[in-house]
Amino acid sequence: MNAPANTNSLLERAPVMIRDWIIGFFPESLRWPVGALLAIAAMLAVFGLVFAFLTLAERKLLGRAQNRPGPNRSGLPFFRGTKLFGLTQPFADAVKMLTKEDIVPRAADHLLHFLAPVLVVAFALMTFAVIPYGRQLVAVDIDAGVLYFFAAGAATELAIFMAGWASHNKYSLIGAMRALAQLISYELPLLLSVVPVVMLAGTLSPTKIVEAQANVPGGLIPHWHVFTPWGAVGFAIFMVAALAEANRSPFDLPEGESELVAGHLTEYSGFKYALFFMAEYFGMIGLTGMGATLFLGGWQAPCAFLEFIPSYLWFGVKMLSLILFMMWIRATLLRLRIDQLTRLAWKFLVPLALINLGTAAFWSRTDSWSGPLQFVRWAIALALIVVPFVVIGRRLTAGLAPRTYRYAT
Amino acid sequence: MNTLQLCLLISSALFCIGLAGALSRTNTILVLLGIELMLNAANLNFIAFWRFNPAPLPATGVIFVIFAIAVAAAEAAVGLALVIAIYRHQQNIRLQDATRLKG
Amino acid sequence: MTAALILIALLILGSTAVAMSLRNLIHSALLLVLSWMGIAAFYLWAGAEFVAFAQVLVYAGAVSMIVLFAVLLTRRSRADLSIAPASLRRAVAGVLAGGATAGVLTLAVLRTNLQIAPSAAPTVTVQQLGLELIGPQVASVLVVGVILTVALLGAVVLAASDRNDGKEDAP
Repeated sequence: MNAPANTNSLLERAPVMIRDWIIGFFPESLRWPVGALLAIAAMLAVFGLVFAFLTLAERKLLGRAQNRPGPNRSGLPFFRGTKLFGLTQPFADAVKMLTKEDIVPRAADHLLHFLAPVLVVAFALMTFAVIPYGRQLVAVDIDAGVLYFFAAGAATELAIFMAGWASHNKYSLIGAMRALAQLISYELPLLLSVVPVVMLAGTLSPTKIVEAQANVPGGLIPHWHVFTPWGAVGFAIFMVAALAEANRSPFDLPEGESELVAGHLTEYSGFKYALFFMAEYFGMIGLTGMGATLFLGGWQAPCAFLEFIPSYLWFGVKMLSLILFMMWIRATLLRLRIDQLTRLAWKFLVPLALINLGTAAFWSRTDSWSGPLQFVRWAIALALIVVPFVVIGRRLTAGLAPRTYRYAT
Repeated sequence: MNTLQLCLLISSALFCIGLAGALSRTNTILVLLGIELMLNAANLNFIAFWRFNPAPLPATGVIFVIFAIAVAAAEAAVGLALVIAIYRHQQNIRLQDATRLKG
Repeated sequence: MTAALILIALLILGSTAVAMSLRNLIHSALLLVLSWMGIAAFYLWAGAEFVAFAQVLVYAGAVSMIVLFAVLLTRRSRADLSIAPASLRRAVAGVLAGGATAGVLTLAVLRTNLQIAPSAAPTVTVQQLGLELIGPQVASVLVVGVILTVALLGAVVLAASDRNDGKEDAP
């Protein structure tokens, strides 16, 4: 598949080599648990840091989008005057969160109020287990990995419900009900957008899905799923549904700070609040990581001659650009209303995802077409997608006059 | 007692808890959940028999459970829609009060 | 092996029994989610990982959501959530019926001479499952699809409110 010189470069093998070196100190019987613990520790360290700096990146990015500098004041202790562009802000935030008072409402359901933030982080972390971060970097390589990922992801919404219900607060409860409605609506397009990938790759294992998108030797065009008609549509639907799954703007209705104070987070303070925040970012990391794996070739380099760069760096670049894209959307779009949200899911995304399934079936049946027939194949596949898109879109927006802005020009 | 019998005992205990719950509770949602538990107990049996079959068939038990889960999901959706419809008519979901069809 | 099974069994049966006897509906529903997770753990223990994840996805992800939604939609105040205790006669009858069934089932299981395979667990890959579903079982898959569609439509028709479908402002 690839030239062995590329795949076996020192940087490529470095994580595995370090792991094997550490495991080597332990007796044979302890090697498996130590290896697993090492994987967990490495993931916690890496994604903990990624989370810390993502919060900073988001604040900076939102700041720039709103024409203000964002956090830039925090420097180093004992070195007054060094500002470092506010790069130490996450650590200052962590100290602040840890030292804040933990308030539990008297009428709250104390057990559930405590369990909710723990569970939400636990489920978000569980999704990390099956994502292939690099050529040999996957914590648990199971046959039904994609299914596992979505099963663990669906359970996070349950924890959000627990948080909202246990707080004994009307705002929290409304937030929790919105979270449930949102999850029920968006689980369907999310899964349906993944089905074509599973269908064409013929497997539910993330590592094999990545291998199915490998470069042809010497090829210049990436052989990723997103560069096929069904893949592009699937990726778009996946990203929209992922925004809703991760409770990100414009779908952050459960939080909805302009109408619900902070939704399910209203009665949380201190480190419990930070845990919810962490879970949101972990969910985002997991979903974008799975999106990159399914549609953007995972750890594969875009073309064969770029394979000298280690695979995990490629994965990181793809995942981070997807996350930055989500932040960009947050800075751009307004929050939807709950009826608009469910309408978008049920009347637009679900039919489109079903039609996309048909397109993928057509694509896999015409795999042998070559030469000029390739153009016919692309034309038919594109028509199969664009026509329903236009028709459904027209139907949904029919009767709505063009928006007029009274106070803006 | 071998492992298969242990599995079957677990599933029968689960079935009976579901049955007792469905018979003794008055809340319609809990009755539905009891029925759901009985279905789950049946699924446990399928997997147990598949796992310990002396003449193993590759996927039969698993396939059966997949279908059972699908049907159980449909049952839950329709059942809870019924609960909401009942609530709209009589303003509560006590099972004893839903006697309007009684002759 | 057996120790793990007993742990799983304690998780399933304990959470289910407590859930069925609690007075608070939300606590019951959440404990039942725990019990469904325990059942998924049993499937994992038996080597049927696809079914285990499907169980978590469908029960913890979908059914629990609908249940919680129904609980929240069918109450007028928070006090509604703690249900009045069932009448004693009814409770005793239910527990007696359950206990009698348990006795019969236990006797039946213990008296039957069940042969178990001496070999290791059968393994089934997702690919095999897919081929089985598309090949010999394709008719059942179609029927299940029809059932699910009909159930979805039926649920919408049942739960949809017929009044107040007025002219809310469009998007």
